[in-house]
Amino acid sequence: MFRLEVRTSTPTWFNLALPLVAIAATLVLCSGLIALAGAGVLESYGVMFTASLGDSYAITETLVRAAPMIFTGLAVAVAFRAKFWNIGAEGQLLAGAVASCFVGAIPMPGALAMLLMALAGAAAGAAVALVPATLRVKFKVDDVVSSLLLNSVIYYALMALIEGPWKDSFSGYPISPPIEDSANFPVLIEGTRLHLGVIVALIAAPLIWFLIARTTLGFRIRVTGENPEAARYGGIHVERVLLSTALLSGALAGLAGVGEVGGVHFQVMSDISPGYGYSGIVVAMLARLNPLGVVPAAIFLAAVMTGAEAMSRATGVPAFLSDVIQGTALLAMLVALLFTAYRVRRVGAAT
Amino acid sequence: MPAPLIEMRGITKSFGAVKANEAVDLSVAPGEILGLLGENGAGKTTLMNVLFGAYAPDAGEILVQGQPVRITSSADALAAGIGMVHQHFHLAPRLTVLENLLIGIPGKSGRIDRAGGLARLAEIGRQHGLTLDPDLPVSALSVGEQQRLEIVKALFRGARLLILDEPTAVLAPSEVDGLFSALRSMAAQGLGIIFISHKLNEVRALTHRCTVLRHGRVAGRVDDPANTTSAAMAQLMCGHEIVPPARGPSTPGADVLTLDGISTSKHAGTVLRDVSLAVRAGEILGIAGVSGNGQRALAEVISGVRAPDAGRMTIAGQTVSRFSPREVQALGLGRIPEDRMTTGLVTNLPLADSMVLPRIGTAAFSAKGLLKPDAIRAFAEEQIKAYDIRCPGPMTRAGALSGGNLQKALLARELAFDPKVLIVSQPTRGLDIGAARFIHEKFLDMRAKGCGIIVIGEDLEELLVLCDRIAVMYEGRIVDTLGSAEATIARLGLLMTGAEGHS
Repeated sequence: MFRLEVRTSTPTWFNLALPLVAIAATLVLCSGLIALAGAGVLESYGVMFTASLGDSYAITETLVRAAPMIFTGLAVAVAFRAKFWNIGAEGQLLAGAVASCFVGAIPMPGALAMLLMALAGAAAGAAVALVPATLRVKFKVDDVVSSLLLNSVIYYALMALIEGPWKDSFSGYPISPPIEDSANFPVLIEGTRLHLGVIVALIAAPLIWFLIARTTLGFRIRVTGENPEAARYGGIHVERVLLSTALLSGALAGLAGVGEVGGVHFQVMSDISPGYGYSGIVVAMLARLNPLGVVPAAIFLAAVMTGAEAMSRATGVPAFLSDVIQGTALLAMLVALLFTAYRVRRVGAAT
Repeated sequence: MPAPLIEMRGITKSFGAVKANEAVDLSVAPGEILGLLGENGAGKTTLMNVLFGAYAPDAGEILVQGQPVRITSSADALAAGIGMVHQHFHLAPRLTVLENLLIGIPGKSGRIDRAGGLARLAEIGRQHGLTLDPDLPVSALSVGEQQRLEIVKALFRGARLLILDEPTAVLAPSEVDGLFSALRSMAAQGLGIIFISHKLNEVRALTHRCTVLRHGRVAGRVDDPANTTSAAMAQLMCGHEIVPPARGPSTPGADVLTLDGISTSKHAGTVLRDVSLAVRAGEILGIAGVSGNGQRALAEVISGVRAPDAGRMTIAGQTVSRFSPREVQALGLGRIPEDRMTTGLVTNLPLADSMVLPRIGTAAFSAKGLLKPDAIRAFAEEQIKAYDIRCPGPMTRAGALSGGNLQKALLARELAFDPKVLIVSQPTRGLDIGAARFIHEKFLDMRAKGCGIIVIGEDLEELLVLCDRIAVMYEGRIVDTLGSAEATIARLGLLMTGAEGHS
């Protein structure tokens, strides 16, 4: 018989090992599905690995995919630290994409265009995130529900744009006009898609870590999240902190959309995000809400996504496996988190 | 002497290198109320967790009515007739009283046996005076009623031995009387009771016998608590004599805090009605009263957590205008909240964070929006040393500390900034004698240094020891203020019920 016993302290190595254990458990659990699909487990994971991290081109492709998830992962990590339950990174990303596409289509010098695209995208994402935060602060509306439902509102607003005013009158496709060529983010390595936005994402992670760990705003975010009553007693304006957190979180998610428009698609279409906003939740949880952990977590998920496509082509296992792996990884991590607070103990000779 | 209901023999339990219990013997006879005493960390909770099946002992055995039993879960404990009322209740707030009672009790063919449950509840209520409305949701019950429900729940499940872990810490004095008469009635019907408390006067009034633990071992037993002095029991618990702190004559100076006609109306709970008071430098003013008579609102207004609707407050001669925590702090007010765990500290973050929380924006701990991690750490380390706060270091989770150490940490974070006036609510609630003594000495030190202190409390004995003057609150007003020479428990008690002071 086994039983859970409360831990008095959690060793550091344990915290670091936890995500790795969760990922290992995920791969083991999902191998059953691969076998069910009639393919070799090791062979399939082998193809996934080679296709996503096997050579330098594959690595750049994985990084390009990881970039938006680094941003949404940071957005979620920051929000969850304050216990602002932002499930709306998807909608904030789309809003950022639309705003940056709008700006990018205006002719102007490239550097200025990119800067304004980033600012507009961040502002749009922040504005969207402000809605559930304001509703919570002013009217105690549940932020999980409002931020989640807002995703659909933004998505259909985007659809209305590209089916209506932005529709390509020449081809009839529901896609926005492309941004100016000069506004396309520069590619860093010839022959790849590794664009400037990826580097910005990689720099953003340590900056956000610094903000959370070393600034008074970060201190207030952490304290507000852990105990709003003590925060208020200690002189922290809890409502103001929640609104600031929402602005920051929404801006980060908006930047994910900016990168996709400026560095990958150069226009807006309905499937510009394959759920990067939701993947951000998985990334943030795998990272245990640590901004530095967001980078490896996002790269892992990106590798699963790119790898799953290649695996599907090579072995016939449906590419949906990538979604299953993501979901399983989230569940595995949530279960693993239980073990930071409890230890399993064997109870001898059950009565 | 009847055979013991429960007997624990030679119980030993270690956590790593720490021996929480060592060869502890304890027994309870039917009809007996046993007091279990000891300082925090003496091993009371571990011992009761062993008895209730939460921990397996490393050595020793448990006998129920003479038969050895193995208890490895709370289900085993309940089956053996052992019920426990924890300090923190285990109730489902949205369910009704009856539903909470019936949780986990199999009904007939998958249906809840409502009629049977109602009958049992009524019977228990009649027997011991533990009446409860079966259809009220738990969230609508007062703390005292929730505790009553926990007791009824244990009896409902057939407990023959009831363990109560500091049951009076959460109760108002009037509720304590009700609890005691119920416990006496249960004992009269042959139940055994283990009563854990720090309040020696309660232990002396209620229990038949006491077992005292110190450093995990039995330090002694008291066979006649009613005729044993509190001082003698305290000495058993601490291993040395405890002398109450001596309060020298006071030489109060100018007013450091004044309230003039403060009234509140908007918030929930008791409102303040035209409260005026003044605290002078170098004196301790007590605020006595039955809980719920406006003490909380008073503490919140003074602490800058709520603004009053009318009236004026000054700190060190300066008028308070915005009633924000930052403003009152900047004017020289130190604040220690009533609820350490929920209002004072952030249990999941390092202790150092809680220690700098109210002043994080000041130059001591940050500049231009950037934290000064070294200064924060150094401050926490310094206070941990100065106040002998027992913890592995400033990065320990605050929630891992004991109540006494948390209170020291809260005291340290305020006193480090030499407040001109200090407001503190329930300063020693839940603390053991040693920790309470330490806190009292600090107050007297501050008083000698010219700090004005307001102590809001329900423990009249504590107020009488500490305070130069005691004001009594009743229904949101201050009905009278007594100097230490004229204040007695009897007079204060009368004022607290509103019987006097309207003249």
